[in-house]
Amino acid sequence: MPVLVLVMLSVAGCGESAWNDPYPASDAESKTVYSSFNERPKHLDPARSYSSNEVAFLGQIYEPPLQYHFLLRPYRLIPLAAIEVPVPRYYDAAGDPLPADAPATDIARSDYLIQVRPGIRFQPHPAFARDAEGRFRYHALSETDLRGVNRLNDFPEVGSRELIAEDFVHQIKRLAAPWLHSPIAGVMRRHIIGFQGLSERLAEAEEKGALERVEHLRHARLAGVEVVDRYSFRIGVKGKYPQFIYWLAMPFFAPMPWEADVFYAQPGMRERNIILDWYPVGTGPFMLSENNPNLRMVLMRNPNFHGERYPTEGMPGDRESGILADAGRPLPFIDRAIYSLEKESIPRWNKFLQGYYDSSGISSDAFDQAVQVDAEGEPILTQSMREQGVSLLTSVEPSIFYLGFNMLDPVVGGDSQRARLLRRAISIAVDFEEFISIFVNGRGLAAQGPIPPGIFGHREGEAGINPFVYEWRGGRAVRRGLEEARTLMRQAGYPDGIDRDTGRALTINYEAVATGPDDRARLNWIRKQFAKLGIELVIRSTDYNRFQEKMRKGTGQVFMWGWNADYPDPENFLFLLYGPNGKVEHLGENAANYANPEFDRLYDEMKYLDDGPQRQAMIDRLVEIARTDAPWVWGFHPKAFSLHHQWLFNAHPNQMAKNTLKYRRVDAKRRQRLRREWNRPVLWPLWAGAGLLLLVILPAWWSVRRREGSRAL
Amino acid sequence: MTAYIIRRFLYAIPILIGVNLITFLLFFVVNSPDDMARMHLGQKRVTQEAIQAWKQEHGYDKPLLYNREVGGIAGLTDTIFFEKSVRLFAFQFGSSDAGRDIGYDISQRMWPSLAIAVPVLLVGLAFNISFALFIVFFRATYIDFGSVVLLVAMLSISSLFYIIGGQFILGKVFHLVPISGYDTGLQAWKFLILPVIVGVIGGIGAGTRWYRTLFLEEIAKDYVRTAQAKGLDERLVLFRHVLRNALIPILTGVVVVLPLLFMGSLITESFFGIPGLGSYTIDAISNQDFAIVRSMVFLGAVLYILGLILTDISYTLVDPRVRLQ
Repeated sequence: MPVLVLVMLSVAGCGESAWNDPYPASDAESKTVYSSFNERPKHLDPARSYSSNEVAFLGQIYEPPLQYHFLLRPYRLIPLAAIEVPVPRYYDAAGDPLPADAPATDIARSDYLIQVRPGIRFQPHPAFARDAEGRFRYHALSETDLRGVNRLNDFPEVGSRELIAEDFVHQIKRLAAPWLHSPIAGVMRRHIIGFQGLSERLAEAEEKGALERVEHLRHARLAGVEVVDRYSFRIGVKGKYPQFIYWLAMPFFAPMPWEADVFYAQPGMRERNIILDWYPVGTGPFMLSENNPNLRMVLMRNPNFHGERYPTEGMPGDRESGILADAGRPLPFIDRAIYSLEKESIPRWNKFLQGYYDSSGISSDAFDQAVQVDAEGEPILTQSMREQGVSLLTSVEPSIFYLGFNMLDPVVGGDSQRARLLRRAISIAVDFEEFISIFVNGRGLAAQGPIPPGIFGHREGEAGINPFVYEWRGGRAVRRGLEEARTLMRQAGYPDGIDRDTGRALTINYEAVATGPDDRARLNWIRKQFAKLGIELVIRSTDYNRFQEKMRKGTGQVFMWGWNADYPDPENFLFLLYGPNGKVEHLGENAANYANPEFDRLYDEMKYLDDGPQRQAMIDRLVEIARTDAPWVWGFHPKAFSLHHQWLFNAHPNQMAKNTLKYRRVDAKRRQRLRREWNRPVLWPLWAGAGLLLLVILPAWWSVRRREGSRAL
Repeated sequence: MTAYIIRRFLYAIPILIGVNLITFLLFFVVNSPDDMARMHLGQKRVTQEAIQAWKQEHGYDKPLLYNREVGGIAGLTDTIFFEKSVRLFAFQFGSSDAGRDIGYDISQRMWPSLAIAVPVLLVGLAFNISFALFIVFFRATYIDFGSVVLLVAMLSISSLFYIIGGQFILGKVFHLVPISGYDTGLQAWKFLILPVIVGVIGGIGAGTRWYRTLFLEEIAKDYVRTAQAKGLDERLVLFRHVLRNALIPILTGVVVVLPLLFMGSLITESFFGIPGLGSYTIDAISNQDFAIVRSMVFLGAVLYILGLILTDISYTLVDPRVRLQ
């Protein structure tokens, strides 16, 4: 076998690249970024997609009106397909204009006029192809025409056209289409004028064929959204909703040409898996040229891309760090990005080390190999990583993982002082610094409240600590001692965890999503945290479906959950504690079912305010109320760690922007040189194996011959 | 024999209905149609109306097994079970809950699975039989004892260890083959070397021990002793007599797995990034895509039954004493 392997490998190694190079030799010095994904994106239709792994692709293909600035912080919206960031105009119930600082209660309608940049063209796509007479080439396909067609590339002709305002309006109408199941339809129904009515009218067309539905949608009118002229459209929003501007930076609001909708809706297309959810049509810098999510997904430079330039301004220190070295240069820098499916972390990590992926996250298994902590407690790269020229980027994610109390529960929930003291005692006892250290390799920041760093309203330093759990000592937040927690337990009527009323140990149920043996250590840890106070924690493990069901019914007591920001506004975190957003009563995202009238009133005011001292003061009060009531143990904000090879440039942490591939630049020659250097085949084991085999075979052969030649006694 | 085969195919129908029913029950014990809708619609901001609309569109808004509102025979047919199962018997797999044509996906994904499974089977068979004959030749010697110890050790090791070890040694340390990945057409073969080697080595322990047992049983028979008494070469005895007569159980073992080669291997495909059928079912389970789960289980059951029938037929080909009635 070693000889066979040697022959096969020799043939394999006849190329220019390393033997273990998984990519064709012809791609060696191409301007390609190599990356991986571990889960098939479920949706690539911008009306349906909401997951981060899907937006990682869609962000490069579709262009909504706005985007986040690549470098500036706090996160700032800048135009993308729009000419400028729209400023809402307010109107009262009579339709009369109101000043920008009008009270929210007076505002009946906000209008966002979006002006589209002229000259933007869609990527080449068969939906736009026309014949010599100007008729659409592929808009009336018969079964005969579709014979032999299995992929989008099987259509030989493509076309394009200019992006116009109507494409944005068409997409907003698509959000209302019941058959598309857009996840934000519920939110938009509450905010966009006429959205609900359009949804209801479109529901009547639901039973019709796909093509008829599209035609119905195309000609339907959405009262609050109108095309003003070829390059501008207006969105009417009910009342005042300042956060609406952030939605305009998401793929949900990216333009969709009606031609694409009609093309994909034709009979026979779905049966051939040729659907918009699989083959996007955008105006962005890249287009999806290969969608084989069981193997790889390939983004190619869009030849029709309108052009954009690398940002010229950044934060202090950006110029020195080299992140502004490409300032003003045309984007994108690369021609292609190949994302290979890697379900397992071990091969993914090893291929990164071999140089076959340009960037990598760090799994728990590989963490010690990549990162160590210096004397100041800061994460730094290990010697081997530094020798490879790898760089480490870290940033706090706009997310929170928290331990929630079900406020509807008679023991841990409610507004009584007893329950509040119990929750505060538990908040002290559950040591999330330890959790971060043990279970996430230090990649997290203990939360002091619901708002993560980087989001307006978050306070740093002494002013930002949760005084019920921490005290400020030696210039840092220090968790209060267990004795204080035990005192709170006594005050709550649970001395040493014994319920004074019943004389029995306090028992609390913990709802856990546990799917494997790895979860056991985590669950044991959480049990020990409660045991510090004498509380007996009963772990009720289940799958995610049942867990969600318990949350919806409010049958749990304590649970752990998380939230990842949709947009960088404190409203997107504080709404998790807003009473009318309660999970049980309103099926909202307030899983703790926390309801405090003062909190709700302040929240209603805060969400309409522009960032500034008044809003900060209001947020401070909201956070103070929440800390006092302690519906959550505040948990932690995860930190993202990413590694990048020396040939990859302009990798910069930006947790809100999902369209950052266009900024990436690679030095393909250096990459190829280093790959070959790092992956020289080691041949001696093959020769040694062949020799060993001979050593086994020859004596055996000799023995066989001897036995056959020997005489019987 | 024709009547026998027809009878076996008819027996298969109740078995397939049973398999289908059990799959259905197991799936819906764990996942409700609401859960499936939530999985497909996403976890954030999903409304009850959206869930209801999804269920209606995908035919999951009906009762699972019996529709009391309709009653009678229609009560059995106007259900999720009937509507989702009946077309399978015509091998119409339909669309996945995500909207993809399952038949097309299977036809695309079975080739990478076969590209690994067939070489592993053939090379493994040749190697294991040769090794087993070698051990049998030296039976009751230290070579036999040492080989058995080695084989027991090899079959005790998890297949995951072989995969990770193979990737580490051949891919990472010696840089001889890609650690993982796949390509279409002729480019695929360099990605197949490592999984095939790992597959063959991982199967040596169990395979060789099995064949050694078969050969030892055969070698103890009278006709072998007669051949040896005639003064026939030991090699001729082994290859001409023992191997040929031991072919029946070998064939049984091989033919029964032939149809299942299409189904691929979950762990191997997952670790090597092979886009085969092995991971198709598991992905469907984790995505709560019942359409794919039921299709793959049904296909697996059909292939297994087919394998058993082929085994029976192959008996008649290699052993003239066996006749099917």
